[in-house]
Amino acid sequence: MRDPDLAREATRQLTICNACRYCEGYCAVFPALELRQTFTGGDIAYLASLCHDCRACYYACMYAPPHPFAVNLPRTLAAVRTDTYRRHTWPAVLGQLHSRSTAAAVVAAGVALLVTLWAAWLAGERLFQVHTGPGAFYRVIPHWAMLVVGLGLGGYWMAVWAIAGVRFWRESTTGAMRVQARALGLAAWDVLRLRWLGGGDAGCPYPTERPSQSRRISHGLVFYGFLAAFASTTSAAIYQELLGRLPPYPVVSLPVLLGSAGGVAMIAGCLGLWQQKRHSDQAPAAAETLGSDYVFLIALGMTNVTGMLTLFLRQTPLMGVTLAVHLGTVAGLYVTAAHGKFIHAVYRVLALVRSRAEQRTGHLPLEVAPAARHHAGAIDPDGSVPPQ
Amino acid sequence: MTAQASSHVDVVVAGGGNAALCAALAARARGATVAVLERAPQHMRGGNSRHTRNLRCAHDAPHAYVTGVYTEEEFLDDLLGVTGHATNHDLARLLVRESATVPDWMAAQGVRWQPPLAGTLALHRTNLFFLGGGKALLNTYYARAERLGVWIRYETAVTDLLLDGRRLEGVRLADGTVLRARAAVIATGGFEADLGWLAEYWGPAAHNFLVRGTPYNDGAMLRLLLRCGARCAGDPREFHGVAIDARAPKYDGGIVTRVDAIPFGIVVNRLGHRFYDEGEQLWPKRYAIWGKLIAQQPDQIAFVVLDARAIRRFIPPLFPPITAPSLVELAGQLEAQFGVDRQALVRTIEEFNRAAAHNTRIVPDVLDGACTRNLDPPKSNWALPVATPPFFAFPLRPGVTFTYMGVAVDAAARVLRQDGVPFHNLYAAGEIMAGNILTRGYLAGIGMTIGTVFGRIAGTHAAAHA
Ligand SMILES: Cc1cc2nc3c(=O)[nH]c(=O)nc-3n(C[C@H](O)[C@H](O)[C@H](O)COP(=O)(O)OP(=O)(O)OC[C@H]3O[C@@H](n4cnc5c(N)ncnc54)[C@H](O)[C@@H]3O)c2cc1C
Ligand code: SF4
Ligand code: SF4
Repeated sequence: MRDPDLAREATRQLTICNACRYCEGYCAVFPALELRQTFTGGDIAYLASLCHDCRACYYACMYAPPHPFAVNLPRTLAAVRTDTYRRHTWPAVLGQLHSRSTAAAVVAAGVALLVTLWAAWLAGERLFQVHTGPGAFYRVIPHWAMLVVGLGLGGYWMAVWAIAGVRFWRESTTGAMRVQARALGLAAWDVLRLRWLGGGDAGCPYPTERPSQSRRISHGLVFYGFLAAFASTTSAAIYQELLGRLPPYPVVSLPVLLGSAGGVAMIAGCLGLWQQKRHSDQAPAAAETLGSDYVFLIALGMTNVTGMLTLFLRQTPLMGVTLAVHLGTVAGLYVTAAHGKFIHAVYRVLALVRSRAEQRTGHLPLEVAPAARHHAGAIDPDGSVPPQ
Repeated sequence: MTAQASSHVDVVVAGGGNAALCAALAARARGATVAVLERAPQHMRGGNSRHTRNLRCAHDAPHAYVTGVYTEEEFLDDLLGVTGHATNHDLARLLVRESATVPDWMAAQGVRWQPPLAGTLALHRTNLFFLGGGKALLNTYYARAERLGVWIRYETAVTDLLLDGRRLEGVRLADGTVLRARAAVIATGGFEADLGWLAEYWGPAAHNFLVRGTPYNDGAMLRLLLRCGARCAGDPREFHGVAIDARAPKYDGGIVTRVDAIPFGIVVNRLGHRFYDEGEQLWPKRYAIWGKLIAQQPDQIAFVVLDARAIRRFIPPLFPPITAPSLVELAGQLEAQFGVDRQALVRTIEEFNRAAAHNTRIVPDVLDGACTRNLDPPKSNWALPVATPPFFAFPLRPGVTFTYMGVAVDAAARVLRQDGVPFHNLYAAGEIMAGNILTRGYLAGIGMTIGTVFGRIAGTHAAAHA
């Protein structure tokens, strides 16, 4: 970890939790914790990525501040996550953006504005004309310009994610880690149903202490909305490249149906997450992550709003402007996705894969003591029970 | 109707732990107006109960949260076994019978359980685990009590009982105000936090004890009840005590300070001598005797000594072990830090190692019979030589969980007077009356069962005075 104080503090708290284990029913962090006796930096980054910031352990903790043991896992692990995002960012200088949300917002907004102006400039006098029929969009903003944004910035985003993923995986798996197909399948299922966001059965104590499913629902809307939008783009590419049909597509067509369903879902999800975040308890929150969360929600929300506007206004003289703005917000979103909160998706998925793999195969790096799992005979009956 | 800001309620509950909240919820469910007076500030609410993990219940069939069957007869037998039959049989039977109804009642209050984890020994047959532990449980109870209009006050100690013969008229609070009530439930815990009081029975040794739970259970209400003529139940010297790390804070260190290493090593006192069979029984059946064993050693301190083969066999404790590459160096460190007799310690380990030399492997989860030969005291199971470097030691002190002496009650949880006649409308639940049932010994999870069962009984009967 870059910050030795943070590493020490995380180790201190995780050691307390490992001696306690009362929270082992809440989330994936504790079963993974219990497989270890000591924690490397990679372990801490991995455990932090298994935490989805539900706060259940904070409210349940008899050692939460002001107790002198001062255990506040959600806050500490959120800080570790930010630290991890920063360390694994390529190019390294942009890692700063993870903890400087104002700068991140400025950069994203700047890119969005530049691309918008550039697109408008390319459109020239066609910007305010009405265009309909196949290829209408490209008559305003040339196809190649859209490709530059989509493939260029989109490719950049993917590269940043891939590098981060590889670095994180290397760091958090000491020793040879075999991931079996079954573990992969289970991890995929965990991801698809947002398993841990359900907090077991009754939900997570988020945004308030009362268990609720609201965050899982909002997050699910964003997640599935995103997948639908991705499917929409893919189907549009097939229409265009394989079937030779140019956009805009009719309202009843795969790209438009998937795209608008995804757009509406993401807008609703972003609003929900925003609302919950605003009302959430700040005691277990890490101040430095909050801004980054908001920046991402704004970028994603704006992209979807402008996308929907393009659909509504595509037969009016406002189509060109909307399209240019939409292209700009997409560009801004790509930058935010690469250097903002969205990157949690990479870490989270990899951490869930790793957790499934190590729980299933019992594979553990050398310094981990399998013995700690076996001796239910050696426990304080008032206390904790080792897993398995 | 809430009792907000009134100077009169139907039922006043003194205390803010499990027994108190169960009493309050039961009384409120009967329609009584209820006030809960908790001495601790809000973040410390819940006394010792907030440090707990599970409770023991009889059940005739397995369900989602317990495995197997644990009949009422077996529960009762276990209880009679640990207390050596020195228990109030009627209350013990009542406790066991009522325990079977506890899980459903708790679930109806919104309590969530943790599913049993595969392969955990006996406890998942006998005990139910609260999801998130005792503080989560208490949070649920408090939230429900608030929703139902129970009036809750923190930092509010009860300091006096206003009695008119056998009838309680009200209670006096620390700030001098009087709260009138038709009935009261006293659920203020034991007197474990007052080491001065324990010293009356244990001598100055008590000042070396560490208190595992809340600093607020100083027994002031118990003293008051006894002064008001309540009959005493239970042995004043008896308490639930475990071996905890000597570096733990004086109060409220809770579960993480425990050291579960004893079955896998040897335990010596400051003189460097062993004093008890570390492998006598499976740990869950013996963990609660070590507090008192250590309390009887010079300066109330002991050391568990382990080698590299043993160090990973138990849950990693909070504090790091004292570590050395050789036994002589370990003994040297213990001498320097704690005044242990270095030479005696090395002799003891060598002696032990000779007596255990024939054992090459152990089976930790069962009584494996890997015992020492010709050694006094023996180690009856898991006796591997302490011989593989590096070597480790944890310093241990008695950690008091809770005291057993309390007030005598009847089957309605009414406090009995010395003449055996109950007070008319004064009830007690939890640690403060545990001595009716626990005179000595302990069954894991029974503390919370006593509080839940008698809290409910007390609350229900108290509400009848409304
Ligand atoms: C670390 C630890 C782990 C444990 N684990 C378990 C377990 O897993 N299962 C189990 O069954 N038992 C366990 N126990 C024992 C268990 O905690 C007790 O048996 C049980 O909590 C007793 O409940 P109670 O309500 O009587 O007391 P408490 O929960 O201690 O409540 C007493 C309350 O009274 C308040 N109070 C004190 N004096 C006054 C006053 N004058 N006026 C107003 N309020 C006052 C205190 O602040 C406190 O809130 C454990 C104990 C400890 C310390
Ligand atoms: S109760 Fe506290 S110390 Fe125990 S596992 Fe939960 S967060 Fe960690
Ligand atoms: S905040 Fe939630 S997800 Fe994170 S460690 Fe605590 S219980 Fe697990």
